[in-house]
Amino acid sequence: MKVTSLRLAFQTALLAVCFAATGRADAADMSQQAQQGLQGKLEYCKTCHGLSGEGYRGYYPMPRLAGQQPEYLENQLQAFIRRSRTNPVMSNVAHGLTPSMVAALAANLRDLNPNPYGGAPRDSLALGKTIFEQGLPESNVPACSACHGPDAKGKAEIPRLAGQLYWYTVKSLTNWSRERGQGSLKDTSAIMVPTTHNLTQAQISALAAYVSYLK
Amino acid sequence: MNLNTSKMAILVIAFLAGGPLQAEESLAIRNCTWCHGSSAQGLSTAPRLAGQRDQYIQNQLLSFSEHLRDNPLSQQYMWPATAHLSPQAAHDLSAYFSALPPVPANDGDPELAAAGRAIYDEGIADSDVSACVVCHGPNAEGVRGIPRLGGLSYPYLKRRLEQWGEGFHAAAAPMPQIAGRLSPNQIDALASYLSFIGYESLE
Ligand code: HEC
Ligand code: HEC
Ligand code: HEC
Ligand code: HEC
Repeated sequence: MKVTSLRLAFQTALLAVCFAATGRADAADMSQQAQQGLQGKLEYCKTCHGLSGEGYRGYYPMPRLAGQQPEYLENQLQAFIRRSRTNPVMSNVAHGLTPSMVAALAANLRDLNPNPYGGAPRDSLALGKTIFEQGLPESNVPACSACHGPDAKGKAEIPRLAGQLYWYTVKSLTNWSRERGQGSLKDTSAIMVPTTHNLTQAQISALAAYVSYLK
Repeated sequence: MNLNTSKMAILVIAFLAGGPLQAEESLAIRNCTWCHGSSAQGLSTAPRLAGQRDQYIQNQLLSFSEHLRDNPLSQQYMWPATAHLSPQAAHDLSAYFSALPPVPANDGDPELAAAGRAIYDEGIADSDVSACVVCHGPNAEGVRGIPRLGGLSYPYLKRRLEQWGEGFHAAAAPMPQIAGRLSPNQIDALASYLSFIGYESLE
């Protein structure tokens, strides 16, 4: 990946983070009523995202939110509201959330640590590990660990991939340019575009399986 | 209706509706269809099994025999019916019933169907009601251990959704958490909408 495009991508990432952060309220001074509202909302998220936030494989895959980076999570909720990330169900869910509720949900979800959902095929875990750690220089695929961290826990606007649902990651990487970064406004999703274009379906499957078992 | 008269009623209806028993239906299958109706399309309080997901049927048979599904009618009818069912028989019956083409019950209130569809597809985020489509699929067809809902009967769907709110079958995650948030009107609308969904093929 070229340095200039990386820098540009990170600049837009920074912008998006600032944007998300403006409405943040301190979770500590929440009133009791707000606390109850928070718990109710959290339970609501878990009806779809797994009762411990571990994710759930329904007709569509629902991603793991447990242990997710708060900044990434807030960015995605903003993207659903703007519809730069297309998902009708999550647009509805995200629409009514106040900025302080979003911040409080993100802080709560970050602290959950259930076991991974599991169930991914195990036949190409070694290939997944190699690509994750070293990339595929010949096909212009960077090492994922360079950004997502050697343990795949992510940082700030870069998401945690460890323990993510296999079927969700396959779908995300396969459909990236059709589901993210829609509309004219450029956002953090641009960083992943070249990578997703250069991966084959078999490589995507190997990567998704590898990260799905990381704790 | 007390237990005995309702059992009698089922017996009589099954007898009248069944006609001459289909020759290819084995005795094991007839043990189930005398309650679940001919071609397992559902009868009285016993739901349709035709076209239901194989894995879901197997899971339910296990949850009856382990007494995890403790709804009143499950206790009365399905606990005894699964008490001596071998794993192989449960496996074979599930495969058999899941492959039968399902016929929709069409017995909900047509005027509520549009409202039911909106909840099914979109949920109601403000009151924390989940969209059903994410798990049960765009045509309510289900997948793996998640049941097909389209064309099940209105009274059955309504009863199931109500009974989760009353605390029955608490092991059926995530449905107790989801159904417990539905109002009586929302349950009416959902059960109505779903009762009208039919399928041209089993996919
Ligand atoms: C009706 C089911 C449902 C409910 C309820 C729900 N979600 Fe989601 N959520 C989804 C689905 C489906 C996706 C996957 C979207 C996709 O494939 O792009 C998703 C994706 C997300 C993502 C993106 C995660 C990632 O790794 O990119 C976030 C963040 C999220 N949801 C947060 C929430 C929060 C917070 C709540 C509660 C306020 C919530 N969701 C409630 C179904 C739901
Ligand atoms: C240059 C930094 C960078 C590299 C290298 C990188 N990623 Fe990413 N990745 C990101 C950022 C930033 C996001 C968040 C995008 C957004 O906000 O939409 C992301 C998002 C993702 C997501 C979406 C996660 C979710 O929960 O929806 C997946 C999956 C992913 N990356 C996989 C990979 C894989 C696999 C590789 C290696 C082949 C890789 N990434 C390499 C920066 C990077
Ligand atoms: C005496 C009548 C009776 C017999 C015999 C019977 N069932 Fe049932 N079955 C019921 C009733 C009533 C219910 C609904 C229980 C409830 O509402 O909780 C039911 C529910 C079920 C369900 C749950 C369906 C769903 O959609 O969740 C399955 C699966 C099932 N029966 C399979 C069978 C099989 C297989 C047999 C034969 C071994 C059988 N039943 C025999 C009356 C019967
Ligand atoms: C996160 C996934 C998920 C969502 C969302 C969901 N369901 Fe379910 N549903 C399930 C699973 C899994 C089962 C099977 C539970 C079991 O094993 O007993 C089920 C079972 C059911 C049943 C029992 C069917 C039968 O044959 O007895 C009904 C009725 C039902 N769901 C209705 C709904 C409705 C209505 C909604 C939306 C308001 C909904 N579900 C949303 C996962 C979901």
